[in-house]
Amino acid sequence: MSDKSMTYRGWGRVLEATSDVARPERAKALAADMAEAPAPALGGLRSYGDACLNDGGRAVLMTRMDRLVDLDEESGVLRVEGGARIGDLARLLAPRGWLPPVMPGTGFATVGGAIAMDVHGKNHHNAGSFGQFVESIRLITPKGEKTTRPDTLKELFSATIGGLGQTGIVAEASIRLKRAKGDVMMVTERRVADWDEHLALLDGSDATYTVGWIDATATGASLGRGILEEAETGAGLVPPAKRGRRVPFDAPAFALSSPVVRLFNAAYWRRVPARGRTVVKPIEDFFFPLDKLHDWNRLYGKSGFHQFQCVVPLAAADTLREMLERIARCGMASPLAVLKRMGPGRGGLMSFPMEGYTLAVDLHAAHRPAKLVAELEAQVAEAGGRIYLAKDSLAAPEAVHAMYPERRKWAGIVAKHDPEGAMVTDLVRRLDLRRRG
Amino acid sequence: MTTWLILGASSAMARALARAVAERGDAVLLAGRDMGDLDALASDCAFRGAPRAEAVAFDARDPSGFDAILKRTTETDGILNVAVFVGSMPAQDAIDADAALIDGTITDSFTGPARLLTLLAPLIEERKGTVVGVGSVAGDRGRIGNYVYGAAKAGFHTYLSGLRNRLTRAGAHVVTVKPGFVDTAMTWGIEGMFLVAAPEAVARDILKAVEKRRDVIYTPFFWRYIMLVIRHIPERIFKKMSI
Repeated sequence: MSDKSMTYRGWGRVLEATSDVARPERAKALAADMAEAPAPALGGLRSYGDACLNDGGRAVLMTRMDRLVDLDEESGVLRVEGGARIGDLARLLAPRGWLPPVMPGTGFATVGGAIAMDVHGKNHHNAGSFGQFVESIRLITPKGEKTTRPDTLKELFSATIGGLGQTGIVAEASIRLKRAKGDVMMVTERRVADWDEHLALLDGSDATYTVGWIDATATGASLGRGILEEAETGAGLVPPAKRGRRVPFDAPAFALSSPVVRLFNAAYWRRVPARGRTVVKPIEDFFFPLDKLHDWNRLYGKSGFHQFQCVVPLAAADTLREMLERIARCGMASPLAVLKRMGPGRGGLMSFPMEGYTLAVDLHAAHRPAKLVAELEAQVAEAGGRIYLAKDSLAAPEAVHAMYPERRKWAGIVAKHDPEGAMVTDLVRRLDLRRRG
Repeated sequence: MTTWLILGASSAMARALARAVAERGDAVLLAGRDMGDLDALASDCAFRGAPRAEAVAFDARDPSGFDAILKRTTETDGILNVAVFVGSMPAQDAIDADAALIDGTITDSFTGPARLLTLLAPLIEERKGTVVGVGSVAGDRGRIGNYVYGAAKAGFHTYLSGLRNRLTRAGAHVVTVKPGFVDTAMTWGIEGMFLVAAPEAVARDILKAVEKRRDVIYTPFFWRYIMLVIRHIPERIFKKMSI
């Protein structure tokens, strides 16, 4: 199998890697690639930092392993190849009355990536994480092919869900789907005046899908203002999603400078009438609002951006408020900030979710936010929360080790299946995640 | 209903075409050697809307299996289209080291599919179908880098031209497709590729050509002009070039 030398970046475009990349198109080629020299998988390259990078090494690009192998219409279990994109599944499944059980904020993420990051979605408070819906995984480990389920090779399963790709490559997975009433979303949007109201509304929401957009530039009395979106699947007529546009070049630095962001956020907030509104949207528009703008990460210009995402326990809401204040004051925030209440659901030893509130904010790399992020991380650690490794590009090993109490156990299991460290990525190296002891 | 028999269905271009016609509601017979892979593709096509999607064993180098394919194809109803994506391209220096590789290359890229198409021709005539023959810009002129592959494709082009002449009389049709560089397993990792097209874009071009009953298309379109220039370079000069 021939490899191609490829230079690629995480979604935040700050970190870069050059690898010899294999791109198998069928199961036999994947098996041969892994037998020849095992290497970590690349999917949609939607992790923001270095979770999807292996600089100076080899990697296996899974995007051509993307077939839907079987759907059991009775039980709603879908067997699918690891490189299939979540957005394609949503598009093909919704007309048949099914949806992926959990969808991250981008439809370009792959099934394998969703498993490796144990992704969560706008329904985490009631549904849990992606990994909790995985019935079985056909995994190509460096020591050969294994099929793992919650009750078969249990340890391997718990180390694979949220396991950052360290146990092997997801060749195929069986996923329990969710019933959808139709292929559109009924979305209720309302303005939220401040932080306290935002939390109260998130706490009180009994919608299937709930998410808060937050204006991370608002300070003082408007701190925490935003828009609450609550949604259910529905049947109805709606114009199909429009074809996407592409950001053709790296935007200049002023494009997302703080005055521009402040203006944008204020306008975005006022877009929703004061009394709220209910709109019908295509599924893709609700779940993957940014996917229509291809390469939107280029809006941050050459220097790229960091995303900071953390979760803190419910009782630590005040810490989160302080963190938001700190972010708002420094003027580095972008238009894209999200606040959400999470349930306790998590699928694996290294999964991110915990019951509490999660905050995600994009930070322009040109503002040099490393110091800010370090301070925020210290606050998260203090509050007993954790940061999301799919987004991280700045954290230090010790802090992260403390946030993931089952890391040591996980590292032990991983070592059994990948003793040579063939699956190590830049993220795992930077944070020394596989350290024993 | 329309049925597509797709030869060499495991290739990236064939997969893109199979998915596109499945989403339109056409049936597919997926022919090739890797049956496990073809079964997976068949399920995928059924999922996308193909009323019938089946894998069929086909090896260009083993004509003993051709009758079985003919039989399976005869059992379908409605319009019958046949798309040929088979071919192999060993590196020219590998061929220079082992001349026996020439036979396999010619069989895969030309005589194998031509034999099967000849068997299928009466059925295609009867069912008013279209043959999509995928050749290559490499068949337009013998170049130092891959002239055995080029010669096989040139032979296939000429065969398709003759088959078109025949089928047209019965109301059937042949489209010759000459792709430039396409992002497939065959070109992955090869140096010097430029303006590489996505397989999905090639599939779209093919379907448009079938609909408009075009005779010969280049895909992406600009290869028509690139090849126009290359074909017109005088041999006296061309023989010293390495493009």
